[in-house]
Amino acid sequence: MLIINNLHASVEGKEILKGINLTVNAGEVHAIMGPNGSGKSTLASVLAGRADYEITGGEVLFDGKDLLDMSPEERSHEGVFLAFQYPVEIPGVSTANFLKTALNEVRKHRGEEQLDAMDFLKLMKEKAKLMEIDMTFLQRSLNEGFSGGEKKRNEIFQMAMLDPKLSILDETDSGLDIDALKIVSNGVNTLRSKDNASIVITHYQRLLDYIIPDFVHVLYNGRIVKSGGKELALELEARGYDWVKEEANG
Amino acid sequence: MAILDEVVSRDYQYGFVSDIEQEIAPKGLSEDVVRMISAKKNEPEWMLEWRLKAFRLWLTMREPKWPNVHYPEIDFKNMSYYAAPKVNTDAPLSLDDIDPEIRKTFDKLGISLIEQQRLSGIAVDAVFDSVSVATTFKAKLAEKGIIFCSMSEAIKEHPELIQKYIGSVVPVSDNFYSALNSAVFSDGSFCFIPKGVRCPMELSTYFRINAKDTGQFERTLIVAEEGSYVSYLEGCTAPMRDEHQLHAAVVEIVAHANAEVKYSTVQNWYPGDKDGKGGIYNFVTKRGICLGNNSKISWTQVETGSAITWKYPSVILKGDNSIGEFYSVAVTNNYQQADTGTKMMHIGKNTKSRIVSKGISAGKSHNSYRGLVKINKTASNARNFSQCDSLLIGDRCGAHTFPYLEVSNSSSMVEHEATTSKIGEDILFYCNQRGIPTEEAIALIVNGYCKEVMNQLPMEFAVEAQRLLAVSLEGSVG
Repeated sequence: MLIINNLHASVEGKEILKGINLTVNAGEVHAIMGPNGSGKSTLASVLAGRADYEITGGEVLFDGKDLLDMSPEERSHEGVFLAFQYPVEIPGVSTANFLKTALNEVRKHRGEEQLDAMDFLKLMKEKAKLMEIDMTFLQRSLNEGFSGGEKKRNEIFQMAMLDPKLSILDETDSGLDIDALKIVSNGVNTLRSKDNASIVITHYQRLLDYIIPDFVHVLYNGRIVKSGGKELALELEARGYDWVKEEANG
Repeated sequence: MAILDEVVSRDYQYGFVSDIEQEIAPKGLSEDVVRMISAKKNEPEWMLEWRLKAFRLWLTMREPKWPNVHYPEIDFKNMSYYAAPKVNTDAPLSLDDIDPEIRKTFDKLGISLIEQQRLSGIAVDAVFDSVSVATTFKAKLAEKGIIFCSMSEAIKEHPELIQKYIGSVVPVSDNFYSALNSAVFSDGSFCFIPKGVRCPMELSTYFRINAKDTGQFERTLIVAEEGSYVSYLEGCTAPMRDEHQLHAAVVEIVAHANAEVKYSTVQNWYPGDKDGKGGIYNFVTKRGICLGNNSKISWTQVETGSAITWKYPSVILKGDNSIGEFYSVAVTNNYQQADTGTKMMHIGKNTKSRIVSKGISAGKSHNSYRGLVKINKTASNARNFSQCDSLLIGDRCGAHTFPYLEVSNSSSMVEHEATTSKIGEDILFYCNQRGIPTEEAIALIVNGYCKEVMNQLPMEFAVEAQRLLAVSLEGSVG
């Protein structure tokens, strides 16, 4: 589904990603771990198409198409979803209205008819139940005055609504208490299927107790320096990142 | 920064010039010009005297410098103060008599009078440059005793009403532009709703400036007698001109006891090009008085046009329990400047006012809210609520808020809330990531932001206003 080949990216002339290689197939969950400043969030932003980054080399193929050539909204229409580390607040626009617009843009792209109000409401009720979200919550302005945990939960709710092929969760666990973490993970696990895939970016192993990854990669200094199964996450938890850094530097 | 840096602007859609033979007064302003205007319009002596008094007063006055807007000195001598399409007779026009060119202009504006008449049930008094071209539905309204006609006609047909009310809400001496308007006003609308009558349709005026170098000085007067109701719509457009054109209108509203007047404006005067060249100077005085008890005046405005807007639709709350409302959306893009707001003057007991102002600034524009809430000693238990929000699109525009409060009665309650938010690249990227392209994202956010004001507009106007908002902000980011 996703093939990243020797991807290089810089911000303001400083190289952050220094040759990333990663292949993600349908049905897989990949965890990307690594110390602060290793380039995890940059990778997420570059895949979603944030304008602040300059691609200096490599390629990214998504279902065989050149992802880097697409605008952020085209990537979204193709099925790429980013759960933001810091979701924005949009005053005056309810979550429901926002999602209706988003969903209809995707449908327009696919040549499908606009979703009518009743069908949309039905879909929203179903997904809200999944994420244990109160419907009145969705009539409030998007993320305005929401707690950190509520914003993250709203991200996963949006993911459920938009039903993407590839979800990138950027530090979704940060700022979550254990109850919120369970709800969010439960949502992600329910959405898991053989047709979609996820990249879960996290600093801590904790999230991976709930979302069990198929692969774990360690990102350090702009490169993936170690890959393994879910047991790698446990090893990192026990031993920290220093041994991986030493291996990489040595 | 990449996205917001690419600032482009869509062309003004209504910028065509109609090729019609016009009668234009020589440039400059003197007593002779005032006399000429009055004579052209066959006005009675009292009207001429009123104009001349205003003119002499104007000569002693100076342009206001306190608004937060900047523009080169206006050369009042190098301007023509009257332009009228040439007509064969002085007789009132029926729809069939209208110059086909003018009809075409209205068609382009999407307000074909015939269509209007047939389909929308709105009575339109169209002011083309300075003379009221046609008034529709007059007969139907007359059955109810409602008078809806051009100001020129009203001066001749209903002199007692005009003499009683003109200048009673906005005195000639009120300000520089009201004095100027009083001296040279060319036409406008007059509307009178008799006691107990509920006007069965929305009344509408469509203003359009056509001639080069002419100021448009309309004068509108609305009188609602006891227990009556009227909803009045005003829409404005102007052709594209490189030079600046002056528009200095005066609107007066009188609401007697238990009467209600709703005045809605969608202002889309030519704002100038994306480099700030040309555009209308819109210096307008609008004021209503709730003269009787339990009366209500409500202003709703959507301001998207003009190079400079200077406008404070106000309400004098004289009657006990009277209500004043002001709902405003003001959009500025490119180099536009707006200094707009309201004044609520509480005099009667238990008077209430509500102010909801939504400013939107994009490009390199500046948008100021300026409002005064004044509660007199006599206004016991007066209430005011003000909400002033600013929305910034990009980071090269400015939003300013100047709220003034003068409270002289301790039993009153005044509330003021203000917010500033910004549509920055992070919000746009977030929307893009969810599949919503930038233009749609801005429309979505702006419509959400303005909802409270838009809901006040009559249905057919709300649709137009929403479209206008989208068009005005199109290209505000690349």
